[in-house]
Amino acid sequence: MSDKKEALFSKKNLKLIKDPLDDNNPITVQVLGICSALAITVQLKPAVVMALSTFFVMCTANVVVSLMRNMIPSRIRIIIQLVVIATLVILVDQTLKAFVYDVSKELSVFVGLIITNCIIMGRLEAFALANKPWKSFMDGFGNSLGYALPLIVVAFFRELLGAGTLFGYPVIEKLGLYELGYENNGMMILPPMALVTCGVYIWIQRMRNKKLIEEN
Amino acid sequence: MDVNKNSYTIGFATLMVIIVAALLSSAAIGLKPLQSKNIEQEKKQNILKSVGIELDRELAEKDYSKYIKEELVINHLGEIQEGSAFNVDLSKELRKDTKDQSYPLYIAQIDGEARYIIPLRGKGLWGPIWGFISLEEDLNTVYAAVFDHKSETPGLGAEINRPFFQDPFTSKTIMENGKFVSIVVQKGGANGDVHKVDGISGGTITCDGVTDMIEERLSKYLPYFKSISTSMQVQKALEIVTQDESNDTISNINKRIID
Repeated sequence: MSDKKEALFSKKNLKLIKDPLDDNNPITVQVLGICSALAITVQLKPAVVMALSTFFVMCTANVVVSLMRNMIPSRIRIIIQLVVIATLVILVDQTLKAFVYDVSKELSVFVGLIITNCIIMGRLEAFALANKPWKSFMDGFGNSLGYALPLIVVAFFRELLGAGTLFGYPVIEKLGLYELGYENNGMMILPPMALVTCGVYIWIQRMRNKKLIEEN
Repeated sequence: MDVNKNSYTIGFATLMVIIVAALLSSAAIGLKPLQSKNIEQEKKQNILKSVGIELDRELAEKDYSKYIKEELVINHLGEIQEGSAFNVDLSKELRKDTKDQSYPLYIAQIDGEARYIIPLRGKGLWGPIWGFISLEEDLNTVYAAVFDHKSETPGLGAEINRPFFQDPFTSKTIMENGKFVSIVVQKGGANGDVHKVDGISGGTITCDGVTDMIEERLSKYLPYFKSISTSMQVQKALEIVTQDESNDTISNINKRIID
């Protein structure tokens, strides 16, 4: 019963948000959801939209599954989780197609791939099935932020160094760096550089956070 | 209640499916008009792009009728059929027999000259590729071309929707001494050939798809082109005759003055 009296933003609840940002980041520490992270980080805009879509799907799915946690027959719980996620993803996809058509074209298959994003399934199975809706929401919130952070950082550098733009705005050109002989690095746009940039991100993260370094 | 009973499990699954189905179908139906409007606008945008007019989607919708003067549907004999080119779904037409297909054709008026826009559709490496190619009034010179794809390899075949691939199509020709030769996307470079365009390294199969698509589609319009070029020739001949006549009278007048 003490659970009910717990403040909405108690330390324990805030930890649910903070943890996935650094100590337990789904992409850089748990190495989940890597495929979508590598594929859509060429430009910032799709990365942000992907992060928002995942945010919506993860929070809602967590809450919905958490609300149903006592009703779901354990033998078909994975299927139920999938159905919930797939429904939400299709809703997101349809909405994008209707309101932000260009973005939906760019994301095309990747929106569908949110369904198979291991982070979401992982959170439902590990957290939402055993916790109350508010906590599950916080957990979804934290994990989607944890997914968004590396995604946006990687996309920032790939777009800036690869195409010389940010959100399509020609930053390098406005700064006049091309006249000084600067050239875009076309390599950054290619998929392998997503992996390398991600690697550099993990490297820096581990340099700062000693907890992540294994003993042996 | 025991949530792990068989009857409960089946009941739960059934109920879940019904709720989800209702939710999704109502969303799909509700958003359909907005989605099809986007797709229509994009098609208009692409048609205009193939005659060198680049507009955003909203503007393309508005200015479409300003440039596109005729939307024809023709058959395999080159005869004009009833209906509008815009409503022809090429993906469905391509599955039919050559004789039963309808061939859409758009005619644009730009700076007082006609441009013939032919919609394209074919196969790439992973899925369908499509586009529009526009011809100048001589029905031989390419004015511009645009391509797009569903799922070609990013960075390789997918580059067919980039200007560096599309721009070289301009001013290539499809005829050689009155014979149809189409345009070939050449691996290893076109080297200045008027019937060839540079291919994309690593995207050969997609590029071959573009070659096949252009050849297959354009060849179907040849009967129609023949019929309008003869009528154009007749018109030209008539113009020359009338001009001759007027010249005649002028020269006569001159003669008379000299006389």
